[in-house]
Amino acid sequence: MSDTKLKRVDLIFGEYSNVKYKVLADTIKLPNDKILEDLLESGLRGRGGAGFPTAMKWKYTAQAPGDEKYVVCNADEGEPGTFKDREILTRVPRKVFSGMAICGKVIGAKKGFIYLRGEYKFLLPELLRELEGYHENAKSIGLDFSIEIRLGSGAYICGEESALFESMEGNRGEPRNKPPYPTTFGYLGKPTVINNVETFVNIMMIMRLGPIQFKMLGTTDSRGSKVFSVSGDTPIAGIYELELGMPLDRFVDEFGDGDTKAVQVGGASGFCVPRKKFKDTVIGFEGVPTGGSMMLFNSSRSMYNVLHNYLEFFEEESCGQCTPCRVGCQQLRKGIEAVKKGDKKSQYLEQLMKLSESMKLTAKCGLGQSVANSFSSIVYNFKEEMIY
Amino acid sequence: MKNTKKESIKKINLTIDGIQVSVDEGTTILDAARHLNIHIPTLCYHEDLCVAGNCRVCIVEQEKVKSLPASCATPASEGMVIHTNSMKVRLARKHIVELLLSEHNADCTKCYKNGICEIQSLASQMLTGDHMFLDLVPDHKYTIDMFNTAIIKDDSRCIRCQRCVRTCEELQGVSALGVAYRGNHMKISTFYEHPLFEVVCTNCGQCVNRCPTGALIEKNYIDQVWDAIYDTTKHVVVQTAPAVRIALGEALGMPPGKIVTGKMVAALKRLGFSAVLDTDFTADLTIIEEGNELLTRLKKALLEKDPNVSLPMFTSCSPGWIKFIEHTFPEFLGNLSTCKSPQQMFGALVKTYYCEKSKLDAKNVVSVSIMPCTAKKFEANRPEMRSSGYKDVDYVLTTRELGIMIKQAGLDFEALPEEHFDSLMGASTGAAVIFGTTGGVMEAALRTVYEVVTGREIPFEGLNITAVRGTEGEVREASLTIEKTKPEWKFLEGVELKCVVANGLAHAKKVMQDVKDGKANYHFIEIMACPGGCLGGGGQPIPTNKDIRTKRKQAIYEEDLGMSIRKSHDNPEVQLIYKEFLGHPLGHKSHELLHTHYTPRKRY
Repeated sequence: MSDTKLKRVDLIFGEYSNVKYKVLADTIKLPNDKILEDLLESGLRGRGGAGFPTAMKWKYTAQAPGDEKYVVCNADEGEPGTFKDREILTRVPRKVFSGMAICGKVIGAKKGFIYLRGEYKFLLPELLRELEGYHENAKSIGLDFSIEIRLGSGAYICGEESALFESMEGNRGEPRNKPPYPTTFGYLGKPTVINNVETFVNIMMIMRLGPIQFKMLGTTDSRGSKVFSVSGDTPIAGIYELELGMPLDRFVDEFGDGDTKAVQVGGASGFCVPRKKFKDTVIGFEGVPTGGSMMLFNSSRSMYNVLHNYLEFFEEESCGQCTPCRVGCQQLRKGIEAVKKGDKKSQYLEQLMKLSESMKLTAKCGLGQSVANSFSSIVYNFKEEMIY
Repeated sequence: MKNTKKESIKKINLTIDGIQVSVDEGTTILDAARHLNIHIPTLCYHEDLCVAGNCRVCIVEQEKVKSLPASCATPASEGMVIHTNSMKVRLARKHIVELLLSEHNADCTKCYKNGICEIQSLASQMLTGDHMFLDLVPDHKYTIDMFNTAIIKDDSRCIRCQRCVRTCEELQGVSALGVAYRGNHMKISTFYEHPLFEVVCTNCGQCVNRCPTGALIEKNYIDQVWDAIYDTTKHVVVQTAPAVRIALGEALGMPPGKIVTGKMVAALKRLGFSAVLDTDFTADLTIIEEGNELLTRLKKALLEKDPNVSLPMFTSCSPGWIKFIEHTFPEFLGNLSTCKSPQQMFGALVKTYYCEKSKLDAKNVVSVSIMPCTAKKFEANRPEMRSSGYKDVDYVLTTRELGIMIKQAGLDFEALPEEHFDSLMGASTGAAVIFGTTGGVMEAALRTVYEVVTGREIPFEGLNITAVRGTEGEVREASLTIEKTKPEWKFLEGVELKCVVANGLAHAKKVMQDVKDGKANYHFIEIMACPGGCLGGGGQPIPTNKDIRTKRKQAIYEEDLGMSIRKSHDNPEVQLIYKEFLGHPLGHKSHELLHTHYTPRKRY
């Protein structure tokens, strides 16, 4: 069979042209409507994990009243098990800058920011060197769009877009109430497009190849390719660009160590898929979405420990602002400990499942809402490991 | 004009619990529900503050939306269908309240706020009898900061709603309280977790007024006062501030805006105080001293052309404001009036003049004050407030603490007769009463100053200088041109006296910044630390909101109008004390007993 192996793609990291910033120079000659139209046609959805249609985000921001608008690149890659943005920023930063510049042109922003994860400070010197080149090029092609890099300080919550704005403004990184959304009220209260690093590279891909060719990759709901960060019990951990919409069993066949019992798709805030469901699980927005993290666990791993580790992470990284997230995370962690120790009966897990559901419904931001994903999928699928 | 404006506001139609309602664009779901008398429980929400959306207690179900939005933070949108009490909402809300309780030190019977605690009443409403979740309190290391003389902060009772943080930042511009750490360690703290007395906290107590639980409370001195009352060797004198008499009723189940002066006096007598006197007396005295101080400064500036005179002059009766300026604008301490606050003038006179006249030994006299204020507790403990040779004011109780004492004594407050203050430092005027509201000191001062300078009453109908009557959330500027002066005040002829009135420290900060930047050219500035002035003080009954404060304000002006004497210099006891004891305003004895100095403090 020709497709025993998953299709490898080399669009994110591949070179498009020998001439630096050629795609950008070509693209800014196009009318904004044409760019938006191509984006819409491509079906591109945000690569950070939530999958909001990029064209719509740009369109709303372009339409929002106000002369001052911003483009922000979310490079706060904090999701456990994700390390693709680091690679993108190391290898193809020019594509990221270009994608941001195109966004700036479309929405009418003159200023862009890269919010770089504090732990990625080591990337800074090289990025700043590259930025110099970008600014020279932008000048030479008559593009009025400058980019600045802001460093985070290591809080997971600052990857949440509105907390990220707060952090950029010099405030405590706490999510805001929504609505209003960034498209009308973002950085400094101005209309802002905030996209993941990879999304901006995808823009370049679409501008280079055209939406039709982009759409040939992936499925109806999940167009294009995606960079995956593969980690855990795998002999070939690393970064892979694959087509979206792949079935999980084939992924495990290729990346697993032959004893994979579960895959955590989408990091700590994602879902845990057990072996028996590999076959029916599609990686994409129609199935289990991911910002790129794929963690494989073999049968030597205790899923209780995995979950406990995630919950400790959330307990620490919650901003502490809203009740469901701040207290809920503590209750879930202590709750499974109590069941494990026998201080609480196993039925208490049901109570905790309901609590996690309430957290999903009521937490103020994506962090608190997504704790239930890993909690309920691990507890549901590995209940006996939680108790004994 | 009005009509067109109305038309421009878009109307939004939505359905809440099956009832259709039309509201202005921008209205939140919570407010829309309140229009319909549907009560959605809230906790972090407070009318005076910006919306936080933290506690998530006010969640509702919105059809076709997966999550449950917080009704306080979500604007109504066209065609929205909302359920406030669906199965989903009830379970989620119960979970949230249970979560809050699981990290709250709920030993209610030991709590000062027992009975008026918002999480307690929510818990009883939701019937959270069976503890659904694990008790997290024993695992946390909580701090209790009780080093301050005015406010106690007990983190074990904190539910992290951040009302206090918003109050301190938005209303007061002080930001002594902030959020520290993340996740399970997140807490409300101060600069580097220093105790409150070591940071910029002004002790204004606005956070205490808004804290839904017992996490922020005043340091109470109720037992000490009872001990003094029961001690037969002690003569216990009590003074009551102007803003107490219009708010005390609220602490005892009466509606806001009731004047309870007579009942309050009756209650204090029944509690066993030896003499029930009135801070109003020293409020009038303040006006005489402060008015003369202003005139002296104006004379130095205008007639003697002294370049070193400190103008504008700032009022000094609000101890929260004093600590604020000491921290934030210490370079302007010279501009503060050197007059002590009425409370401290009173204290100094109790242990001198009053003892002399009543033939008492000051060491056997205990001086208690009832104040709408928490900062007064700090003020009474300042080292410079011992000019009588003793601590001038021994104990400061808030309006709330008096309410508690009255309940403890089993008095049926509403049934009490109206009684009068004792004489000697018990006489009052309308000018003194309005000290309790923003703009009051200014108005009282102008009533006197104008008359001193011109020999005529101030030319406003009914002596009501409405131009300086401050409004909450507003900096009020006014000017008064002085005409046809007496010969000795000729240098003031035609001078336009420029005044400004501000309440709430956030507004005070603005005024001060203008003064600092040289943008403002005022002569006299009145500042009250609390929103609305003392009537909105940090020691007043809880709850507080704009409606309640407006009613208190109306009551104060009503009380002013009802007084037979409306000007401070007409107070017979004030005239008497100058004749018998003080000599003349700004005289030697005044300086010794009624004036003070200030201490520059650091921001951190």
